Amino acid sequence: MDSGTLNGIVTFVFIVVFVGIVAWAYSRGNKQRFEEAERLPFDDDAPQGDKQ
Amino acid sequence: MEATTYNYKVVRQFAIMTVVWGIVGMLVGVILAAQLIWPDLTFGIEWLSYGRLRPLHTNAVIFAFGGSGLFAVSYYIVQRTCQVRLWAEGLAAFTFWGWMAVIVLAAITLPMGYTSTKEYAELEWPIDILIALVWVAYALVFFGTIAKRKTKHIYVSNWFFGAYILTIAILHIVNSMELPVTLTKSYSAYAGVQDAMVQWWYGHNAVGFFLTTAFLGMMYYFIPKQAGRPIYSYRLSVVHFWSLNFIYMWAGPHHLQYTALPDWAQSLGMVFSLMLLAPSWGGMMNGIMTLSGAWHKLRTDPILKFMVTALSFYGMSTFEGPMMSIKTVNALSHYTEWTIGHVHSGALGWVAMITIGSMYYLIPRLFGRESMYSTQLIEWHFWWSTIGVVLYIASMWIAGVAQGLMWRAANADGTLTYSFAQVLNTMYPFYGIRLLGGALFFSGMLLMAWNVWKTVRMGRVVNDAPIPQAVHA
Repeated sequence: MDSGTLNGIVTFVFIVVFVGIVAWAYSRGNKQRFEEAERLPFDDDAPQGDKQ
Repeated sequence: MEATTYNYKVVRQFAIMTVVWGIVGMLVGVILAAQLIWPDLTFGIEWLSYGRLRPLHTNAVIFAFGGSGLFAVSYYIVQRTCQVRLWAEGLAAFTFWGWMAVIVLAAITLPMGYTSTKEYAELEWPIDILIALVWVAYALVFFGTIAKRKTKHIYVSNWFFGAYILTIAILHIVNSMELPVTLTKSYSAYAGVQDAMVQWWYGHNAVGFFLTTAFLGMMYYFIPKQAGRPIYSYRLSVVHFWSLNFIYMWAGPHHLQYTALPDWAQSLGMVFSLMLLAPSWGGMMNGIMTLSGAWHKLRTDPILKFMVTALSFYGMSTFEGPMMSIKTVNALSHYTEWTIGHVHSGALGWVAMITIGSMYYLIPRLFGRESMYSTQLIEWHFWWSTIGVVLYIASMWIAGVAQGLMWRAANADGTLTYSFAQVLNTMYPFYGIRLLGGALFFSGMLLMAWNVWKTVRMGRVVNDAPIPQAVHA
């Protein structure tokens, strides 16, 4: 296999990985978990019993 | 019984030392800037010569100032976003004393001339071993704390810290492979162009993972906290994390354009550097947009000013970097003052300013106070730093481009138009402006030291802060 073919394969694999990451990050199934994670810096100093 | 408090002691130790080492490291920088104008400034004392102080400056600002800041914030953030006390606190204490020992050893051996000559990895082999031990302890404490977390999710800052801790361990151990000859002398295990490539794979990823990834972890926690609103897009931060880390690893060869490195490797480094623009700017926008709807806070809050200005410099230097990696631009910019300007746009504008902003948030909380002793002093610090950076980088841009053009200028018969000394003469006014900018930035750190001192005196030491109980769904 020459280096041109290898370059092509690597480029293709990287694109697939990137698209996969974007799809995973923006998938509907993950919406809630990321919204929960987003709140983490603010959960740490919420007064007791004052949580929605 | 399960701990109901956070460990603030080790966070406080590192936070205070961040300010101390910031002042030391930047003072050495100011001395170096002055030496370039007045070479006899240190009376020919060999320990204080430019060649020996220069690695002391870089090691002090990157690993002592930046490193202490990162230890402090990563220990603080990992505890608070995992809602547990640090795991293996004895090891955490070892990371503090071990890291301080590394810094003191560096401050002794570098002026004495002991060096492995690898940039940003100058320390000799016994110190390298100590660094590796401290770093493994750091990884154990950090990932151990993540493992026993009370929260379901791992906040994005911790992903960034995790990537930084893991990568720096690999980079340091691989690049520091060396054959000791005596206690103070070793030779690299690699030779020739392989040695150069390993060195710049290390060197650029020290920029990528130490000075970028880790400080982004800082940004993703303290900007939302200081702005009082969650990050603009958490999902974008996920894409930011993976794409940044994927791409950064390959950008190192751009430090070796037009050298003996194979041409394909040079082009690879250039292409990956250009691609870095996308995740870098995605992250910058994510941080800045967090303030949408709260822009008015920028008018009155100098801590937010520090953080948002840091992001602006991050954006500027991550545009400049890819541009400088383009081979034709690199042919002009490499080995000139432009590179020094670029580095300080990132180091002072981004790294130092996000750290300073975060410390102004963190330090009062570690001393049982709501805020620093004086907000007015923070405002002054902000303006001194900003003007200082702008003077620094603008003078180095002009100096660098002029230097590059003069070096390459040729007469019709092929001889060089300018001698080296003529080019050096042209640099003097710009060296003067740079010294002024650097001194201004350094003076800002003295304001900070005074403000911190007064805050500490008025506050009380908090060793253990309560963990809020049952706050998660």
